[in-house]
Amino acid sequence: MRGAEVALEGVGLAYGSFWAVRGIDLDIRPGEFFSLLGPSGCGKTTILRLVSGFVEPSEGVIRIAGRDVRGVGPAARPTSLVFQNLALFPLMKVWENVAFGLEVRGVPKAERRRRAEELLELVALPGFADKRVDELSGGQRQRVAIARSLAVEPQVLLLDEPLSALDLKLRQHMRAELKAIQRRTGVTFVYITHDQGEALTMSDRVAVMSQGRIEQVGTPAEIYDAPATAFVASFVGESNPVPGRVRESGGGFVTLETALGPLRARDPRGLATGSPAILIVRPERCRLDGAGEADAVDNRVEGRIERVDFEGAFANLLVASPAGPGLVVQLANDGRLAGLAAGAPVTVRFPPEAALALPEGPLARE
Amino acid sequence: MSELFRRFGRPGGGSILATAALWALLLVVLPQLTMVELSFRPNLPAVARGGPEDVWTLANYTALWTNPLHRTIFWQTIWSSLLVTVLSLLVCYPVAYHLAQEARGDRALLLATALVIPFWVNEILRTFSWFLILSRNGLVNRVLLGLGLIEEPLALGGVGAVMIGMVYAYVLFMIFPLYNALESLDRNQIEAARDLGAPTWRIHWRIVIPHAKPGIAVGCVMTFMLAAGTFAVPQIMQSLPGGTNARWFTQIIYSYFFDGGDWNRGAAYAFALLALCLLFVAAMMRIFRVGLADIAK
Ligand SMILES: Nc1ncnc2c1ncn2[C@@H]1O[C@H](COP(=O)(O)OP(=O)(O)O)[C@@H](O)[C@H]1O
Ligand SMILES: [Mg+2]
Repeated sequence: MRGAEVALEGVGLAYGSFWAVRGIDLDIRPGEFFSLLGPSGCGKTTILRLVSGFVEPSEGVIRIAGRDVRGVGPAARPTSLVFQNLALFPLMKVWENVAFGLEVRGVPKAERRRRAEELLELVALPGFADKRVDELSGGQRQRVAIARSLAVEPQVLLLDEPLSALDLKLRQHMRAELKAIQRRTGVTFVYITHDQGEALTMSDRVAVMSQGRIEQVGTPAEIYDAPATAFVASFVGESNPVPGRVRESGGGFVTLETALGPLRARDPRGLATGSPAILIVRPERCRLDGAGEADAVDNRVEGRIERVDFEGAFANLLVASPAGPGLVVQLANDGRLAGLAAGAPVTVRFPPEAALALPEGPLARE
Repeated sequence: MSELFRRFGRPGGGSILATAALWALLLVVLPQLTMVELSFRPNLPAVARGGPEDVWTLANYTALWTNPLHRTIFWQTIWSSLLVTVLSLLVCYPVAYHLAQEARGDRALLLATALVIPFWVNEILRTFSWFLILSRNGLVNRVLLGLGLIEEPLALGGVGAVMIGMVYAYVLFMIFPLYNALESLDRNQIEAARDLGAPTWRIHWRIVIPHAKPGIAVGCVMTFMLAAGTFAVPQIMQSLPGGTNARWFTQIIYSYFFDGGDWNRGAAYAFALLALCLLFVAAMMRIFRVGLADIAK
């Protein structure tokens, strides 16, 4: 099997006057593990249905392996979709499910059975051929659905939140399993999820979506460390957003006037003086004063510890400040957490390099 | 049952149960037992009843096999009812599928209403509407005459007309069970099959029909029972020109009861028909591998 590239150029889909997605430009490379990440209702499934051919775009072009696929139905596209609810055929045995695509293609029964067993081996379900679907656990069904999709040797496998129904432990196991299957087969995976952890750990690249549009495409590290918008910053990972206004800029940094006082941050977007902006700083980049060498240029915010959430390997401190929004500070459990208790006055400190100034925009709702 | 006792206490629950049992005994069991008893006795004038000739006999049943006309009509009724069932299934399956899986919102509502409204009218009138369509001056003859395809009005009566009348009269009894079964099919399964390359016929053969089996069985059983047991439809459709040959077995039973005054023979014939219908139910359950519980659903 070989993966194919998938390209979307200015793709939009309207239901009546409502655009479910619009202006989608994507360039998914052959053999890539590509994730679409976004809150529920942002249009992820819609994009998968567009690529698999169940709906045609209202505007724009979709190319798979370089070919414009307008007018080509789902059966004729080199894609295969793993449905959000799996949609296994409950009245067929496991191997018949897996071999359904081969049955359709007129492959003789013995050969179908052999191929089905091979694929079940691939997804780590040897010996399950003659089981009924309702005898399987959630994770096993998951794998049967993937085997069924792989049986037709697609160049692109489209997966719609395949792990969302599984419990946490199984989900983590299946992440590794999926990644391994993708590597073994070399098929292009387009993977949908609203779970940012899933997207970050598994993907080669991630597209973050919001309200029918793509906010940013990049590697997991780019998405996390250099979010392009306030939405991406707040949706992916924990973050402290502080709204403010640009007082001065230059040299790749800006100083924002905020309720917490003037704060300096990196300025990748070149914000104009006087424009509204949002400062983003990750909790793990914040320190408490005195916990390391003080640096004169560090941002400082005075406050009081309101709550300590002990998580084991680390603790999250909610530091309330009388002037503005509270900040979450994440501290590693290095043996010095004991002295921190609610009510203690502290100074939160973070270097300008750790903070990011982005144009004002909607944040992700928790 | 225990719920009943909990709510009304032992005496209250007991009397409710007793009333229901008495009701069933008086109105269902006793009359049927009387009929069973009648069917095994000869038809005698009042004076001979209880006399030496009044003995248990199978004669009323064997008459069905020895009388060639009755035998023919019996088998013809069964055969035609089977055809009506198959025809109904063929007509209703696409409609039910469309209604359950494809039609959306207002269209589905409109279609469902259009299907149900004729059923607010009673069976006799519904059949009569087809009688009008097929009659000498009816729609079909007028259209054919108007198009110049025929010179003389056709005599459209016969077994075919009776079957059309029945398919129409019992359409809903087929559509509803089918709709119920098809509606519960996850649309994603259909799309998954399509995504894997299955053409429409194979999606139906492998996914939709297997899923709808219990509904198909229920629809077929109901339609078959109604068709085999109907009296009104053949009675009306027979009055069409050329329709006299289309006799239904129920009409023979009727005439024994109400014209011939031979209740014994009538009862025996009725039970023979019932036995065959039950055989049909059993066969359907076997073919579709469904249990009584599935059908009761
Ligand atoms: N068939 C449809 N008709 C009208 N609106 C739809 C239809 N399908 C999806 N939508 C709308 O499109 C938007 C995106 O839906 P979807 O792609 O399913 O989101 P996601 O998969 O990201 O949760 C939602 O607002 C949804 O209500
Ligand atoms: Mg979805």
